[in-house]
Amino acid sequence: MKVTCEECGAGINVPGDVVKGEIVTCPDCGVDYEVTEASSSGVTLQPAETSGEDWGE
Amino acid sequence: MAKKLALIYDRVRWEEKALAEEAEARGLSVNRIDARTLLLDIFGDKVGESFGDIALQRCISYYRGLHTTAYLETKGLKVINSLHVSTVCGNKFLTSLALARAGIATPKTLVAFTPEAAMEALGKLEYPAVLKPVTGSWGRFVAPIKDPDTARALLEMREQSPGALNQIYYIQEMVKRPPRDIRTIVVGDELIAAVYRHAPPDDWRTNVALGGKTTPCPITPELQELVLKAAKVVGGGVLGVDAMESPDGIQVHEVNNTVEFRGAASATDANIPRAIVDYARRLGRR
Repeated sequence: MKVTCEECGAGINVPGDVVKGEIVTCPDCGVDYEVTEASSSGVTLQPAETSGEDWGE
Repeated sequence: MAKKLALIYDRVRWEEKALAEEAEARGLSVNRIDARTLLLDIFGDKVGESFGDIALQRCISYYRGLHTTAYLETKGLKVINSLHVSTVCGNKFLTSLALARAGIATPKTLVAFTPEAAMEALGKLEYPAVLKPVTGSWGRFVAPIKDPDTARALLEMREQSPGALNQIYYIQEMVKRPPRDIRTIVVGDELIAAVYRHAPPDDWRTNVALGGKTTPCPITPELQELVLKAAKVVGGGVLGVDAMESPDGIQVHEVNNTVEFRGAASATDANIPRAIVDYARRLGRR
């Protein structure tokens, strides 16, 4: 499905098997969005947390 | 055998998706728990039961993961990895101490608490040396120090940086390795996969998060013995043991506690999610 990027207005292709919590990136401006809701009827995105100092593996 | 797996996360990476899919394919029910929504009540009871039979700690934020693990373990739920393992592996100095005490080959390392003492430490090691944060990942702020002038500048910057951990200077010899290191995935007492991580053309660090590329690495008896021993001395579990090829043989320099394995999975035939899920099933109650 296609979602519009809030930052630049480009279309972001969100894969059909996307799950809540996943990150999708705008192919045009590179802004990361977190999937906050995902169902067969659609997805909701919000700008993702930026990387924290204790993030990693 | 566990029937319900609590998957604790705060961001769904490729690894978390792969683990959840594999667990469901193996007949486990997966309780997906976003750590950002948790309220950890110290007087809460029956917490373990509501979460699952075993928990897999996969938070991308080290401290979120550590606190959640402490809570669940105290409430009687087994967590992979344990609080002890998370504590040791989340701090490079504690990891180095554990490796050195067990006689595992590891780079020379000194820790100092002031820039002056750090300069003294650098004087004891040959330039170039490496300055690392004591906690952190993905090669963040890991800096090669090529001469005393660079050292002074970097140490001054660290001294002025907020955060108490920035005033702990972890200084390590620069191992004369090829432009690659070895990432191994250990699950329990088995070495599941080994890959070389090649540094990208414009960086000396090999982290996949920085663009490092993976290729298969042969599992030699030397490598196997070393990494399994390293995994054991930090407490064991699901671990990413990182090693380097030094002129004197293989050395272990780091053990990762919430290991990312997408790079290793793409370069080898190993079914890493299956190995982790099966390990969790075996360890879980019921």
